[in-house]
Amino acid sequence: MTVTHTYDALVIGAGGAGMRAAIELSDRVKTAVISKLYPTRSHTGAAQGGVCAALGNTEEDHPEWHAFDTVKGGDYLTDQPAAQLMTDEAVDAIYQLERWGLPFNRTPDGRIDQRRFGGHTANHGERPVRRACYAADRTGHMILQTLYQQCVKRDVRFFNEFYCLDLLRTPGGATAGVVAYELATGELHVFRAKSVVFATGGYGRMFRVTSNAHALTGDGPAIAYRRGIPLEDMEMFQFHPTGLARLGVLLSEAARGEGGIVLNADGERFMERYAPTIKDLAPRDMVSRAIYQEIKEGRGGGPNGDWAYLDITHLDPRVIEEKLPDITEFARIYLKVEPTKEPVPIQPTAHYAMGGIPTNVDGQVVLGADETVVPGLYAAGECACVSVHGSNRLGTNSLLDLVVFGRRAGADAARHAAEAPLEPLPDHPERETLAVLDAILTRDTGDNAADIRTELQDAMFDLAFVVRSDEGLSKMREILNGLRGRFDRVAITDKGAVYNTDLMETVELGYLLDCAETLVAGALVRTESRGAHYREDHPLRDDANWLKHTLAYREPDGSVRMEYKPVKLGPYVPMERKY
Amino acid sequence: MASATAADVVNSSDARAVGAARTTITLQLKIRRFNPEVGDDSWWDEFTVECDPLERLVEVLHEVKWHHDGTLSFRRSCSHGICGSDAMLINGRNALACKVLAEDVAPKVTIEPMRGLPVLKDLIVDMDSFMDGFKAVLPYLINDSGEPDKERHQSPEDRARYDDTTKCILCAACTTSCPVFWGDGEYVGPAAIVNAHRFIFDSRDEAGRERLKILSEKTGVFRCRTTFNCTDACPRGIEVTKAIQEVKRAILFERF
Repeated sequence: MTVTHTYDALVIGAGGAGMRAAIELSDRVKTAVISKLYPTRSHTGAAQGGVCAALGNTEEDHPEWHAFDTVKGGDYLTDQPAAQLMTDEAVDAIYQLERWGLPFNRTPDGRIDQRRFGGHTANHGERPVRRACYAADRTGHMILQTLYQQCVKRDVRFFNEFYCLDLLRTPGGATAGVVAYELATGELHVFRAKSVVFATGGYGRMFRVTSNAHALTGDGPAIAYRRGIPLEDMEMFQFHPTGLARLGVLLSEAARGEGGIVLNADGERFMERYAPTIKDLAPRDMVSRAIYQEIKEGRGGGPNGDWAYLDITHLDPRVIEEKLPDITEFARIYLKVEPTKEPVPIQPTAHYAMGGIPTNVDGQVVLGADETVVPGLYAAGECACVSVHGSNRLGTNSLLDLVVFGRRAGADAARHAAEAPLEPLPDHPERETLAVLDAILTRDTGDNAADIRTELQDAMFDLAFVVRSDEGLSKMREILNGLRGRFDRVAITDKGAVYNTDLMETVELGYLLDCAETLVAGALVRTESRGAHYREDHPLRDDANWLKHTLAYREPDGSVRMEYKPVKLGPYVPMERKY
Repeated sequence: MASATAADVVNSSDARAVGAARTTITLQLKIRRFNPEVGDDSWWDEFTVECDPLERLVEVLHEVKWHHDGTLSFRRSCSHGICGSDAMLINGRNALACKVLAEDVAPKVTIEPMRGLPVLKDLIVDMDSFMDGFKAVLPYLINDSGEPDKERHQSPEDRARYDDTTKCILCAACTTSCPVFWGDGEYVGPAAIVNAHRFIFDSRDEAGRERLKILSEKTGVFRCRTTFNCTDACPRGIEVTKAIQEVKRAILFERF
């Protein structure tokens, strides 16, 4: 049985970007949010340190300084007009969150308090600046809760634990709706709509060590990719330097913003050598690479010599208690280490996808170098690539991205839904989805999805992580071919209709494989080092050949075809990136 | 910093963080199962898993699901205590499975769904009535006095007043550990009161009186019997019972 629903607009995903878009939409057109998780389970809630805007509440600051830092932090792959727009709109976006009740920490005179964060500087790199607005180390939690509260207030229609499995497009390429699977019943639902906003988050679960939730499997990008949408800059994946050792659980950069430092196994504050001006507050790609260099030169700690240490023992215990309570608890619970007394073992952890579904600054999904708009299709948040983060996102700019571009995508999706007609659905819109699910459900013997996922995560961690090479990536491509073959023979135990999470995890694995294939393809062709993408066989940035975005298209045989589009430049001329 | 000393300190924290990786322990899991497609009654299954002593219980459940029985169903997402998906009854006590380590419960652990909400499958319960309780207390900032151009001001002291209750992740561990909530379908439960408290004591909010009125009704705070189960169960360390007492006092004395 398939149920058909009709809305003006659909939002796929109920994290920060999705709910921000839904708030914008629901006041104007008939809107539904489809989410595989209850909204407050979304991973926006795990963001910790802050959300940046040049409010200038504690010292002089300007949106233009923020724009410069964002472009330089992205190693000039950032589209400069988009970064300028985001940093300009940042100020009002933060005030809006405050007016909706977000409990920011406050200055003594009652304004929103701000603190330092990696790569955010005064006057184009002179010194660190206090730009991150925060609520202890729970800023993402507060944003997620506040946005959900506003959705409750507006009585936004949620389809919780509905898993979007397909995007419906007309033969001419316009958006017609989506197909979703109801986890509680196993029923397929066809949702007709004029506008569809993808806000499904990232895909860090392709790596063994990651800060990402289990749910982050690249659903939106993979669904779009299978329906002819390219994926932009997939090779640009951020590895956050301070993940809890072994687990990858995030320890916020705010720890360093408040004065924490990173040590090697000799107890040396090695960032003084790599970034003499801003030291431990260098952007994430540089700190992660520095940790790998220390490891390579034999100064890593831990059982395999691949750990470094986050030291906050010298901070005032009150600062730790009031501003970093959650991350100290993580260290205590999961590593049995007392952060007020001893350095915490850390290692770089797969954290954030700079790449994703290509959009313009209104969240419209765009195709090719000439950026042809796909009518009615939108993306926002981590699953999208605007591109404001270029090849390396600055800390706190992700929360900013999702409120600024979540709002813009929602507003334009509402405009489109008000103007455009409902597109006709294809005949049997659910047929292809049903075939995919049936193939998995009816196979009685075959490969184990969990084993394939584990092998994917191990190999991606070894071969496509902080340090990459042609040799390693080529090997990874071979491994992916093998895993893809095995995935096509996966069999699961649960054949039921009610909460078949066995089936859902298998579908998720397929999405992860799509994302991994495009990531590796991008990393192989990009024969330079830029931002988070470091090729030890091409260690320098190559603006002559690579000041451009990659666009990965899926060919009918499943292989990846690459196209390119130029970076939108602006006032900031690419220069060597030093801190 | 003298590097020899620093290295010594560094190495001392290694020992515990690694400790785990060297040996494994055996954990026996006894899990209450239910599947409406199988039958009306629940049953018990037992599994034995070798794991790292510092392994999170939710990951042990994954091991069971991925290599013993793929039909085992439970909710989870972030795996580090932030998303609130994996609250369950662990050895008779509500907790998030991602904040319990194997060594904390070894050699044997009993896992059941949270009580007081309808079980849909295995460890998955129907959250709708829980969320309805949350929505009933007007869980959003209400302030009709006009919006400032910039931010509203709030002193650090006023901000601190409601800090504790902003930590709620809506996991339902408190509400489903409350004997009053089990006993009747009417009580809004601790989590809803925690979220009401978060706004009642926020100096920027103007609808405290309205929420207090809702909570003074027969489904509200006076059903609380102060058993402290909720406070014990909260994985975020919120002093839930204290928050409920503060709401009760505010109703009695109209002071907030």
